[in-house]
Amino acid sequence: MAVGLPENLFLTKLDAAASWARSNSLWPMPFATACCGIELMATAASRHDMARFGAEVMRFSPRQCDLLIVAGRVVMKMLPVLQRIWLQMPEPKWCISMGACACTGGVFDTYAVVQGVDRFIPVDMYVPGCPPRPEQLLAALIEMQEKIMRTGTLTGREFAGRTKSNGPPPFDLDEVRRSQEAVGVPGLDIYTPPEIQLGNAGKLN
Amino acid sequence: MPLTLADTLPTEANEREYLWTLNFGPQHPATHTTLRLILTLDGEKMVDCVPHIGYLHSGFEKLGEHLDFNQYVTIVDRMNYISPVANEIAWHHAVEKLIGVELTPRCKYLRTILAELMRLHDHLLNVGTAALDLGAFTAFLYGFQQRENIYDLVEYASGQRFHASYTRVGGVLFDVNDAWVERVRKFVKEMPATLREIDGLLTRNRIFIDRTKGIGVLTKADAISWGATGPLARASGVVRDLRRDEPYLAYPDLDFQVICSEAGDCYARFLCRMREMWESLKILEQAIENIPGGPVNIDANTDAVLPAKPAVYRSIEGLIQHFEVLMPNRGYDVPSEEIYAATESPNGELGFYIVGDGNVRAYRARTRPPSYIHFAMLPHMIRGYQLSDLVAILGSINIIAAELDR
Amino acid sequence: MLDLDSLQERFGNEITESSFRDNRRIVVPSDKVYFVLEQLWREWGFDMLVEMTAADYLEYPGATDRFGVMYVLLNTTTGERVIIKTHLNLPDPELPSVFPLWHSADWLEREIFDMFGIKFEGHPDLRRILMPEEFTAFPLRKDYPLKGRGERHNFPVITRAES
Repeated sequence: MAVGLPENLFLTKLDAAASWARSNSLWPMPFATACCGIELMATAASRHDMARFGAEVMRFSPRQCDLLIVAGRVVMKMLPVLQRIWLQMPEPKWCISMGACACTGGVFDTYAVVQGVDRFIPVDMYVPGCPPRPEQLLAALIEMQEKIMRTGTLTGREFAGRTKSNGPPPFDLDEVRRSQEAVGVPGLDIYTPPEIQLGNAGKLN
Repeated sequence: MPLTLADTLPTEANEREYLWTLNFGPQHPATHTTLRLILTLDGEKMVDCVPHIGYLHSGFEKLGEHLDFNQYVTIVDRMNYISPVANEIAWHHAVEKLIGVELTPRCKYLRTILAELMRLHDHLLNVGTAALDLGAFTAFLYGFQQRENIYDLVEYASGQRFHASYTRVGGVLFDVNDAWVERVRKFVKEMPATLREIDGLLTRNRIFIDRTKGIGVLTKADAISWGATGPLARASGVVRDLRRDEPYLAYPDLDFQVICSEAGDCYARFLCRMREMWESLKILEQAIENIPGGPVNIDANTDAVLPAKPAVYRSIEGLIQHFEVLMPNRGYDVPSEEIYAATESPNGELGFYIVGDGNVRAYRARTRPPSYIHFAMLPHMIRGYQLSDLVAILGSINIIAAELDR
Repeated sequence: MLDLDSLQERFGNEITESSFRDNRRIVVPSDKVYFVLEQLWREWGFDMLVEMTAADYLEYPGATDRFGVMYVLLNTTTGERVIIKTHLNLPDPELPSVFPLWHSADWLEREIFDMFGIKFEGHPDLRRILMPEEFTAFPLRKDYPLKGRGERHNFPVITRAES
């Protein structure tokens, strides 16, 4: 304190103050569909106590939340609902994809399950595990807070950079091959890869 | 001409205008899961409701046709995710009946202990969340504290705290040791204190009773006609418990009571679940004290069971045995037959209809999910009650979405 | 205890019985299944339809019919169980609904319709239940692939810029 500030004052950037406030009062929107939802409940309940990280205020209205936690598999019938909830949340907002099913489809590689929500909505943090332990979710929450601290600005400029979903492209080669298998196209062994716009796969913010 | 009574009654057209429609779900805190109801309301009274489900349909039964009997256990786990091991026990009960495997006494007792732990696991959450929806938060936290202890027990036995994938055809993954048995004994000693606490919070709580007594009444005739099983049916006076009526595992040796009630309302269901937890503790106490020694898996030479992991890694016989079981066209001798076998899961009768075609994977693996059958009667149960009673009724029938939609 | 003779006396000799472990199965031709079930409900006290399901026998070795529909019945007083089985074929698999006898048939029949495309005549509300309304295939038929035909990727993508 070379400039001789009184001891109850300190200097910071406005951006950092805004990020600090945001990161320590995350209001999660628990989009709990399956087993991971129970672990999410366990994280909020007595032993693990998410309140220690300022994120215990679960609100079930997307209008009041800024952190979407997709816990559990998302199926064809549910995906439009998820997208609508994401669109309803006000900026700034972040998304944690919790569990193997939400990240990649997990063990459910079937006709009904969406193979990773990041194909259709933006995701900031992936938590592996089936289901992840509460400790893992807490670790992800702390990482999320650090990320918010790192990137946040008062005016929300950082969101302009994150213009696209940063997951895999919604239509990948592997999927084309599978769908060819599925309709039983003859001559699968002389398979030629179709031409596909690869989008911005793997491009991180 | 004087007005008659018929003139003043609402005609069909203006009655339809008078009623209004409310969408409930699929993302709503009181549904706990992903289900959606279209309610028709007369003021605050519920006139009708159309449930929409399938928001978590993930193709379990299709997967069951592509995975073998031991692999599918990982999927079955994720079906009723608040009592995972109970599903595994039900699945392998059906498979072992199809193949014709007789378990060892130790395995029977071990599975019984796990099944009863899962019953506590389920009922604790159900009682807690049913109260949570009615505004009583504390019982949920008390219940979760003990659920964490059950998680620890399952983790100690199997290595995974949530989805244990613990049972195998003809046995279990690992045998448990005396330390585990000691831990269960300790848990059984500690559990009554929690039950008494929840009991003290809810059973004579004036608000809780007002919100649940006389709400969502299901008569005995309706319960039978709609196919209700488990605590839901027993609270309506259907005296039926597969543990007693079609005994399996170690239940014939154990002494316990079937808890029933005649009222059939939400409060009766709550009481049934509470009393069932005491009975489960009684069963656990007996099973823990009488758990026999000896091998936990059936004899590996019968080619039906996976050998212990140390034997696979350290001896050539074990390795050969391992591959004998895992290779296609080897392993079990599966008859080309069909079987329906059920166990009493915490939620009701959890049955599997398996069609075998001589292969090590099921040709058709159908689940009889209690949640699905119970949810079908919801429109019937809620008619005439207030809107705020809906969450009490939903909480008391314990719908698990993954089991509902599979 | 249900005896086969009285059923055969009334409905003809096409009705056969078999058993496996503790399961008792009675195979009934599809045009008589409703009358047999009604008889069981009315006179033999089978008051609960525990389970109703179907199977597609397209790839089953030695099978002659395409679909099988099973009704698992229970007498709650005596605890007696019996499985009634019937067979159906394409192109138009159809059965009479048993909703008037047992209410639990409501959703069970809807699920079979959704998964196998078997219609139930007289069902009060026969719609798809698990799959979306606009879905066209029947997923549990054996000619439908496990991973689907790409329906699961047929959604718009929401990006950061749009949200």
